[in-house]
Amino acid sequence: MTLPTAPVTDRPFLVQLEEFSGPLDLLLHLIREQEIEITDIPIGQIADQFLAAIHALKLNDAAEYLEMAAYLLRIKILMLLPRPADSEEWEDPRAELVRRLLEYEQIREVVDWMVRQAGDRADRFPRGLVPEAPELPPPPVVVSLEELLKAAERLVELLPARVVHRVVPRPLDTEGAARRIREALREREQVELGELLGERPSITDVISLLIALLELARVGAVGLGQADAFGPILITRASTDQAA
Amino acid sequence: MRALTKLLEAALFAAARPVTLDELLGLDPGATEEEVRAALGELQGTYDAGGHGVEVVELAEGFQILTRRECAEAIAQAQLVARPRRLSVAAMETLALIAYRQPVGRGEIEEVRGVAVDGVLRLLQERGLVDVVARGEGLGRPLLYGTTPAFLELLGLRDLKELPRLEDLSVALKPLAEEPAAE
Repeated sequence: MTLPTAPVTDRPFLVQLEEFSGPLDLLLHLIREQEIEITDIPIGQIADQFLAAIHALKLNDAAEYLEMAAYLLRIKILMLLPRPADSEEWEDPRAELVRRLLEYEQIREVVDWMVRQAGDRADRFPRGLVPEAPELPPPPVVVSLEELLKAAERLVELLPARVVHRVVPRPLDTEGAARRIREALREREQVELGELLGERPSITDVISLLIALLELARVGAVGLGQADAFGPILITRASTDQAA
Repeated sequence: MRALTKLLEAALFAAARPVTLDELLGLDPGATEEEVRAALGELQGTYDAGGHGVEVVELAEGFQILTRRECAEAIAQAQLVARPRRLSVAAMETLALIAYRQPVGRGEIEEVRGVAVDGVLRLLQERGLVDVVARGEGLGRPLLYGTTPAFLELLGLRDLKELPRLEDLSVALKPLAEEPAAE
């Protein structure tokens, strides 16, 4: 099926980007806009305009609109077929469409009435009308255990073959970290933990540094302190370490 | 004002929803239906004649005290209360179909509207405007939907008989239905 890029009509015609409640709504809109008699629809023209409209409105992926488009094209083709000589037997291929359109139009008339009624009713407040609650989150899904198990089974089936966890050796470099701490303390009496970690430390960097730090503190090479809760951790040169 | 009228006024004020005649009868075991109706009439008359801001309205198979239309704009402007959220055209179309064809299944609604209606149906059910009233006969025993008293309240109707009759609409299906008869 090829979608025409422009409606085949000499009259300029424009579809406002508004919300249509369905393909019949759009179809009725096209028909009313051009003041076409529902019982005598120029089906070729309307089919082309319908296609152009769903294209323009980006309704292309809405199955219902496509279904209607296909239906219109089918009627268009049927209309082109030569009619039997005995015209009494010829049944207008548009009859079903006309019936559906009239039925829908009737509903729309009721809707118009309902909107007016609801509007009038909304102008008369009951006592203590509670402002409507904002959109509620969808209610919790109720599933039976069986359904849940079935769903789980389906998911398990989707899983790729079992992946055996591979351990990547990432050796801790506590010695290197200890060296860096000592170097930093050689220059200054006190450094903050953060300074030793650099810009983007990896998890192994952090662990290496912490182990080195705890080890150095254990042997009395450095002192650890924190001025206040959650403050920076301060590493101070221990007096006994000066010789090292 | 009679004692019964006073009682009715208090009950309608307190309930803040349409109260049925049966419920009103429960207020005073000694009162007959006729007396309650007369008292309701008296209350209505008092509000109407006295130039009150509220009136007694018969809707949703009951009676309710509502503010008068002419006061709506000022009340809404002052943001004292909000008007209820309006329903989309899609929701109204579905509601209209259910109102006229109840009990009706999803399939029939979708046939007329030409679109899937699961989402809209759920919304209408959540707002309490429609409910499952029966199960159909055919394949899979489809759920059949009908309107609730909240639907009547939404439109301010006393009962479903107040819906416009299809044959009174400007778009009538009669010409088509008559066609086979003309042959």
